[in-house]
Amino acid sequence: MLKIENLQVAYGGIQALRGIDLEVPDGKIVTLIGANGAGKSTTLRTISGLVKAKAGSITYDGQELLGKPINQILEAGVAQVPEGRRVFANLTVLENLKAGAYLRKDKDGIKKDIQWVYELFPRLEERSWQLAGTLSGGEQQMLAVGRGLMSRPKVLMMDEPSLGLAPLVVQGIFDIIREINKQGVTILLIEQNANMALKTADIAYVLETGRITLSGTGAELLANESVKEAYLGKKRK
Amino acid sequence: MKKTNRETIITAAVLLVVLIGAFALDAALPSYHIAIKVVKKACVYSLVAVSMNLLNGFTGLFSLGQAGFMLLGAYSYAVLCIPVAKRAGVYQYFDGGLVQFSLPEIFSGVLGGTVGPVVGMLCALLVGGLIAALCAYLIGLPVLRLKSDYLAIATLGFAEILRAFFQWNALGPLTNGSNLLKNYPDLGGAAAYVILVGLFIAVILLLVNSTYGRAFMAIRDDEVAAEAMGINLAHHKRLAFIISSFFAGIGGGMLAMYMGTVQALSFKSAMTYEILLIVVMGGIGSITGSVLTSFLYIASLEWLLRGLDSGTFLGISSPIFKNGFRMAIVSVIIMVVVLFFRKGIMGDRELPDLFRKKAKKEEVSGNE
Repeated sequence: MLKIENLQVAYGGIQALRGIDLEVPDGKIVTLIGANGAGKSTTLRTISGLVKAKAGSITYDGQELLGKPINQILEAGVAQVPEGRRVFANLTVLENLKAGAYLRKDKDGIKKDIQWVYELFPRLEERSWQLAGTLSGGEQQMLAVGRGLMSRPKVLMMDEPSLGLAPLVVQGIFDIIREINKQGVTILLIEQNANMALKTADIAYVLETGRITLSGTGAELLANESVKEAYLGKKRK
Repeated sequence: MKKTNRETIITAAVLLVVLIGAFALDAALPSYHIAIKVVKKACVYSLVAVSMNLLNGFTGLFSLGQAGFMLLGAYSYAVLCIPVAKRAGVYQYFDGGLVQFSLPEIFSGVLGGTVGPVVGMLCALLVGGLIAALCAYLIGLPVLRLKSDYLAIATLGFAEILRAFFQWNALGPLTNGSNLLKNYPDLGGAAAYVILVGLFIAVILLLVNSTYGRAFMAIRDDEVAAEAMGINLAHHKRLAFIISSFFAGIGGGMLAMYMGTVQALSFKSAMTYEILLIVVMGGIGSITGSVLTSFLYIASLEWLLRGLDSGTFLGISSPIFKNGFRMAIVSVIIMVVVLFFRKGIMGDRELPDLFRKKAKKEEVSGNE
């Protein structure tokens, strides 16, 4: 279980996270929703070690992750799919996947996992020799997810996988997220698309200006009046 | 897999033809012939261009320090290889200099007169490379925190400072001040250069195709994503900088033996720009492109277009064919090439890629 306690992060004088607590139980899909600037990406970037925290703790299975270098956090089993896809545009699809397995040394395991990713995303196998920069937005997102999976993470954190994608493609991405979860990978999902995220998630947290204001199961939050008003576009009477 | 094999075989055949061509040149022509000179210089430039490509093209670090690292390699080679008997003459203003041994002579004492000198020369080249690499490590500590243009300016400044430093009279016993270093041996003819440079480039190729190479390219394409994959940015940038400088140092040593004399003055920033030009025209991120363009550039500049400076070109005589006209034409050619090959002559393709489709065979026969 990934557990965050009293996490505080500041950029210069600006307090981005004002002490948040959240839990990501094994095998679940957990989502973090909130408006722009609420601190969602900061949370994720702090967990993966890209941003330093001011106070608090992040533990995975009891092991403290905060303050560790990125590669050790990855080796502990927590991987990230960064916001805005960020595929390596001038590398081929296959090379992108191999770059994702950068820290691994087991050649056979890597080969097996490339096949696994190809099974999840048959589109990527068709295009394995294509440069990633020439893929469509949806395919790049598939590649970014596949690349994240190549480190064989126990927890995969995704930062806005629906960003800039057509509704039909978004549906496809969320189907894949469920599929990956079924195969045993815990998912921490950050989304602006609250509707899709809450429908997919087992557990959901609402983040507002650096604080967690609401939490519950996805279905509970979907039915919650204030969530409806703020994030789901409830009709005014 | 069969397809890959076919490409590999054709590529190997092309390389073999180049090698045989170099041996044939050596056998048929006297060593001072312009064709041999062109092949030797182009080999040296290939190596330096590929080393620069490793840094600028594959890792995305825009560095302009190449001439400085070449200078280190060139001086190391010259200082270590001047025969002891000739040192008094070379270092005439500095009492015969500080270094009183010569690697080729030491090794010929141990390994005999035929193998020894060659081993000694190769060792001197390696030492030059290692000194350049060490210097790159030290310079890299502060400089690699910079990005793009700022990194370029800092490395350029480093190279210029180094050039001035080597001309300093107080260093005379080692560097001979602003005087020439000369009388050191050359490795051999065109074939020796082709083989040696081929080996070094092969090492770089292996590196580029390894996990490290993928990490370099990942950093070039997206630093944040690369970091998220667990790639240590600082470590890999430093590594690329050091390796690139190592080969630039070796290239500098080979340039020294090609030229026959070494003087700090000739390692100007213009030399770095020349190599940058080759890298860009050949295709940023293509090793084949760098090599091919080195040969084309050196051959046209040193040989084929000479007539433009001396009055008669392709049988046409004209009063405008005077000193400097050649450079004007070269500039025009460069502009045309850049206009028609937006991503350089090779883009980011390599030699085997050319055989993947049938149509492109003619292009390669001009490789040598």
